[in-house]
Amino acid sequence: MKAAPFEYVRPSSLLEACSILADDEDALPIAGGQTLVPMLAMRLARPTILVDILRLPELTGIGRANGFLILGATTRQVEAERSALVASDLPLLAKALPWVGHQPTRNRGTVGGSVANADPSAEIPLVAATLGARIVIQSREEEKVLPADDFFLGAMSTALEPGFCVKELRFPVWPKGRLGVGFHEISARKSDFAYASAAVQLAADDDDKCLNIVLGLGGLSDRPVRISLDSIIGKDLRATSLPAIVAEAVGDACDGFDLRSDIHASASYRRRLAISLAQRAMRDAIDGALQGGGEAQ
Amino acid sequence: MTAQGNFRYVSTTRRVREDRRFVVGRGTYVADVPAREMLHVALVPSPHPAAKIIAIDSAEALALPGVHYVLTGEELSGAVDPLMNGLDTPHVRRFPLAVGQTRYAGEWVAAVVAETRAVAEDAVELVQVEYDPLPHVINPERAYEPQSPPVHPGHGSNVLLDRTFVWGEVDRHFAENPRHLKFRVTWGRNSTVPIETFGVLAKWDPWREILDVWASIQMPKYSDQIARSLRIPLNCVRVHQDVDVGGSYGVKRGIKHTVLVSHLARRLGRPVRLIEDRLENMRAGDAHGPERIFDVEVAFTDAGIVHSMKMRALDNAGAYAGRAPFQLGKPIGAIVGPYQIKSVQYQAISVTTNKAPEEAVRGFGQSPTNYAIETMMDKVAAECGLDRIEMRRRNFIRKEQFPYLIPSGTRYDSGDYHTVLDKVLAHANYGELLEERDRLRKSGLLAGIGIAACLEPSGGNSAFEPLLNEKNTTTTWMESCRINVDGLGFITATMHTTSSGQGHETLVATVVGEVLEIDPDRIRVVRPDTLASLPSNSPVGSRMAIMLGGAAFHAAQIIKSKVIDLACRYFGREGDGVTYSAGAVSDNATGKRLELAELVNIAHRHHHSLPEGTRPGLNSEYVMQVPGGGKLAENSRIQMYPAYSFECHLILLSLDPILGKPEIRRYIIGHDCGTIINPHIVKGMTLGGIAHGIGASLLEEFVYDEEGQFLTGSFMDYLLPSSHEVPHVEMVHHCTPSPLTVLGQKGSGECGYLGAPAAVSGAINDAVRPLGIWFDKLPIRASRISDAVAESAPGHSQ
Amino acid sequence: MNVELQVNGTDHVVDVEPRKTLLDALREDCALTGTHAGCEHGVCGACTVLVDDAPIRSCLLFAVQADGYQITTIEGVAPGPGELSILQDAFCETHGMQCGFCTPGMVLTGHALLKRNPNPSRAEIVDAISGNICRCTGYGQIIEAIELAAERLRGRNLSDSISAEPTMVHADIVAPEDEPERGIIKAAGYDLPHEGKP
Repeated sequence: MKAAPFEYVRPSSLLEACSILADDEDALPIAGGQTLVPMLAMRLARPTILVDILRLPELTGIGRANGFLILGATTRQVEAERSALVASDLPLLAKALPWVGHQPTRNRGTVGGSVANADPSAEIPLVAATLGARIVIQSREEEKVLPADDFFLGAMSTALEPGFCVKELRFPVWPKGRLGVGFHEISARKSDFAYASAAVQLAADDDDKCLNIVLGLGGLSDRPVRISLDSIIGKDLRATSLPAIVAEAVGDACDGFDLRSDIHASASYRRRLAISLAQRAMRDAIDGALQGGGEAQ
Repeated sequence: MTAQGNFRYVSTTRRVREDRRFVVGRGTYVADVPAREMLHVALVPSPHPAAKIIAIDSAEALALPGVHYVLTGEELSGAVDPLMNGLDTPHVRRFPLAVGQTRYAGEWVAAVVAETRAVAEDAVELVQVEYDPLPHVINPERAYEPQSPPVHPGHGSNVLLDRTFVWGEVDRHFAENPRHLKFRVTWGRNSTVPIETFGVLAKWDPWREILDVWASIQMPKYSDQIARSLRIPLNCVRVHQDVDVGGSYGVKRGIKHTVLVSHLARRLGRPVRLIEDRLENMRAGDAHGPERIFDVEVAFTDAGIVHSMKMRALDNAGAYAGRAPFQLGKPIGAIVGPYQIKSVQYQAISVTTNKAPEEAVRGFGQSPTNYAIETMMDKVAAECGLDRIEMRRRNFIRKEQFPYLIPSGTRYDSGDYHTVLDKVLAHANYGELLEERDRLRKSGLLAGIGIAACLEPSGGNSAFEPLLNEKNTTTTWMESCRINVDGLGFITATMHTTSSGQGHETLVATVVGEVLEIDPDRIRVVRPDTLASLPSNSPVGSRMAIMLGGAAFHAAQIIKSKVIDLACRYFGREGDGVTYSAGAVSDNATGKRLELAELVNIAHRHHHSLPEGTRPGLNSEYVMQVPGGGKLAENSRIQMYPAYSFECHLILLSLDPILGKPEIRRYIIGHDCGTIINPHIVKGMTLGGIAHGIGASLLEEFVYDEEGQFLTGSFMDYLLPSSHEVPHVEMVHHCTPSPLTVLGQKGSGECGYLGAPAAVSGAINDAVRPLGIWFDKLPIRASRISDAVAESAPGHSQ
Repeated sequence: MNVELQVNGTDHVVDVEPRKTLLDALREDCALTGTHAGCEHGVCGACTVLVDDAPIRSCLLFAVQADGYQITTIEGVAPGPGELSILQDAFCETHGMQCGFCTPGMVLTGHALLKRNPNPSRAEIVDAISGNICRCTGYGQIIEAIELAAERLRGRNLSDSISAEPTMVHADIVAPEDEPERGIIKAAGYDLPHEGKP
C-alpha cells in the first residue's frame, strides 16, 4: 500500500503554505498525518503536493486570551492531553482526549488535523461543537473565525476552501466555579471509531441548580451536533426527572438524523446508545459539579 | 527418565531460545531476505464477484518507467499446471491468476513486475481490463441449490462435497429416545489473520537448475506442489526453511503466490518477490477461514444423556476448492467431542460461491464444530432443566473408558475430563462465581456463565483425505530429525520445516537433551533447506510436540545407543556391563569412565582402536510415522489423529443491556495436554488461542454484501482483539499422558481457540436467556445484543 | 529528495521519493529490518519506532518528514552485541512473544512506558500496549514481561545519572547443570552453546 507519487514541500511560513495550497487545488496540507497518511496509502487521496505545516511557528502553542483557551492547530493531541492549562480550563477536552485513537497516534496527531478531517465520530470536533469553539482558518488573503457550527458542514467536510489552513482553535473557557464534565463513547474496541458519543459540560450554582449546560452528540449525524438542554437551566441537578428530559431531547434529535446502519452497528442501536451515553455523561457531569467541580476530574 | 514426570529438562520453564533473536529485531522474515536485482510484484484485482475477462490491455502499464512485465492468467495457465485440489474435482481448476473469468471480488487478474513495489502499484492502476459481469452467488445455502449460478461451470454445480456418514444406529436411537431438539448455529467467516502477510521470494538459477524459494510458509508438501505446478523435478526446488514466519495459525499456504513468483523468476531471469500488502491479503490472499452453517438434531434422555446426534455442516469454500473441504473432514475424528454419544449422522457439504477461497485455519474445522457441539449440550441442559455442568459430567467419557472408540472409528488415547472440570470449578470457586453472576444481575446488568469442554485432536495425520477422496490413498504422515555429534563433541540437530512461533528449536533441543542427559542449551538446532532435509509434513494438526518431539527422541536414542555401543567395544563389554550418564559411559566392573569428548574422539579419529566394520563418526537420523496411522478407511470409519488433549473453559461475563458490549470478568481454562515439554510455550499457545477465539466470537468477520463486494478489507473494519479485549486468563493444569507418544506429550497448538468461541457464546446466551433471547451466529456484536434485548422488552418501541 | 535521519545515534543521509514512508526508508535505505510492516495503515503497530522517545507508527510518517528527530528502532535498544536490555531480557524470561513479528513494537512501547512511568499498574500496561496488535500471545506474557522489567528496573543499581537507556543486566553465570529450571542463563551463553566445552 504505497501512496501515489507526490511532491513534498516544507514552507517556512503559514503565508507561504497557504499560497501553495491556493495555487494548486490538488495540494494538501499535512501535519500529524494520522488520518491523511492511511488515505494516501490506500490511494483514496492523491495530492500533487504535500505541504508540511507541522513545524510552522504560527500554528504552535497553547495559551489563554479573552476568556478562550487557544490551541495552535499543530498542537499534538498528546501535548493537549498532558497540558495543565487544558486540564484546568477545558476539563471536557481533557476528558475526551484519552479516547482519541491510541497513544502512538496521539503522539503525532494534531488537534487541528482532527478538526480539519471532520470525521463525524471524532472526539475533538465533538468537544468543539459542544462548547461552541471558534475555528480560525487562514488563507493568503484573509483570516476567518468560524463558529464550530459553521465550520463542520458534513461528513469529512468543512468550510476549509482551497488555500485555507486551520490556524488555531479557540475554546470558550467557562467561569471558575462548580463545573462538571462527562464524556462517553462506545465502539467495538476501545478507541475505534465511535458508534455514538456524548459530551456534557455543566455548571452548578451554590444551591445545586443548573447555571449552564451543554450537550453534544457525535457519531450519529454527519457531523457533531449540539443538543439544547436549556430546559434544565434553573432546575435542581438532583432532580430525578433529568434523565428523562435528556432521553427525550436526544431521542427527538436522533429522529432528525439520518442514522446509519452498517455491519458494525444498526441505526436503532445508535439511537439507543445516544440516549444512554448522554444520560451517563450528564450523570458524571452532575456528580463532578456537585462534589466540588472546577478543575477536570 | 520415564514417561511420567521426573524429567530433567522436559516440563521445566526453560527460556525459549528463539525469543532471543526476536527481541532484538533479528528474526529473518521473508521481507528481510536480501537478493540482488530483485523485482517486485503487485496484483491487478477484479472488482466483480464474477465476470468474464474480455481483454487485458497492459500497454500503458508497460510504458511506465521501471515496469518490467505484466503477466496474465492466459500466459500463466499455459506455462504451469493448475494448483492441486484436495477432493477429486478436476473441473475446479485454480491458477494463481484468473483464467478466462474471475470468480470473486479482488481476485488477481494480472501481475505487474517492476523495480520497486511502489512502481508496481502505480502500474497496476494503468492496466486496463475489460469485464463482462456474470451472475454470482454469495450465500452458501443458495449455492447448494442446483439452479444457482455455478462458480465453475465445468464442474456442473457448486457442490464440491456432499457426503453423509452414518456411524451407529442413529435411527434406532432417535426412535428410542423420544426427547429431541433441533437447532441451527452459524460460524461466521473469519480467519486467524497473522500480522505478517504472506510473502515469497523466488530465484531461478538456470545453470544449476535450482529454484530457490524463501517464503512465510506453513504448509505440508509445499515444495512438492511447487515442483508439480512448475513441471520441474522436485529436486530442482530448494525451499529455505530458516525463514522466520510472522504468525500463521494455519493460513500461510501461499502456493498460488509461490507458483506465480517462481514462474516470473524463471521467465525474467531475476529474483522476484511478492509481499502481499494488507489489502491484497485480506481480499485475495485466499486465507479466509471456515464459514459454516450447522443444523443439529439430538436425541437424549430425561436425565440429559445424549445418545445420538445428527449434524449437517454446510461450509462456504469460496471460489476455489483447495484444501478447504477437508476442514469438514478432520472434525470427524472428534465428532462426539468429549462425550459418550453412541451414534452420529454427519452430512458434510462444501459449496463454492463467489467469495475468496477458504484456507486451513487453526484447528482445521474443529473450533466451529466444537461451537455446535457445546451449544447442543447447553440446549439439552436447558431443555431438561439441568445444570449445564452437571449435564456435561453425566455425558463425559470416563477416565477408565480410555482408550475410547468413538462411532466414527477414532480411538481417543487418554483423558480424565472429570478431574479437569473439578480442578477448574475448584480454582474458580464455582459457588462464588454463581453468586457474583447473581450480584451482577441484581445490579441491573445482564450476566452469564459460559462453559465449554472440548478436545484438541493432536499428532496430525491426513486420514480425512482418503476418507473424503477415495482416489487419495495417503496414510503416511511423517516427521524427521537428524543429529550429528561433531569431531569436537558438539551436538547439532536438524529439523526440516519452517516454524511460526511455536518454539520448535527449543522443543528439539529439550527432547534431545532429555534423552542424552545433556543441557539443551548446548544443543544447536538448525534448519537445512529442503534439498538437504528428510521428509516432513510441517507444523499442522497440532502435531509437532508429538512428531518432531518423537523424531528427535528416537534420533537421540540412536545416538545414545551408539555411544554405549562404542564404549562397549572400547571396554570390551556387553551392553549391560556399562552405565550411561550425561554423555559419559562407565565400565561397571572397573569404574573406568569415558567422557563424551573422549568417545567422540575415538569415533572420529581412533579407527584403529575399534573392531572391524565400525562406522566412523557419531550421528543418527529418524523418520517417524504418526502413531496409530497407516490404515485406510473401513466402512467410512478411520483413526484420525492419535492423541487428544482436553480443555475446559469457564467464563463469567456481564454486559449492559443497552450498551450491549460484553465484558469478560473472569476467564478460567483447565488444560490437559499430557506431558508438557515447555510450559512457557503451552501457556502462550493457550492464551493466544483464547484471544483468537474472542475475536472470532465477538469481533472478527469477513463481510460481503449482496453484490459480492468485500466490505472488510482493512484493519479498520476487520477488528482484531487488542490488549483491552483479551482478559486476564487463569490456567489450571492436569496431565494424562498419552500412551502413544515418547514422553506422554500431546499437542497444544490449537489450545484455547478450540473452545473459546463456544464458551463466550455460551456465556452471552446464559446472560440473555432470562429475556428469552438466543444468539445463533458468530460473531455476536454489541449492536445485535442491544437490539435483541430492546426487542424483547414488553411493549418495546425501539 | 535527500533527508538526514538520525537513527539510533547514527546519521543516515538517504535519497528517497517523498512518498516513501519512514518504515520503508528504515528497512531499505538504512538496512534496519527489525521494524516490520503489518498493515501500512496505522492500526497494527508492528512498525512502531520511537521518535524523541515517544512511540509512533513509522508507516504513518514519510521519511522526508522525519529529519531533526531522534529516532530509535529496535536495533538501538540492546546495549551491545549479544546483550539484552532489562526489558528485552524480561521478554525472554516470560516468553512474551512467539513469532516475534510484533515484538520490536512491543519492546519499544514498553521502553517508552517504563521511562515515563517506572511503576505502571497492570491497567496502565494494558493501555500502553493497546495500540500494538499481537495475534500469537493473547498479551498475557507480554504484560508479565513489562511488569517484570519494571520491577527489575526499580531494583537496579543506578549510576550517578539516570540515563535514558536502561542498562543491561549481567546475569550470574550459572552452570546449567546446577539449576536447569532457572530461567536466566548467562546472556552470552547462547552464542557459544557450550562455553567451549562439549
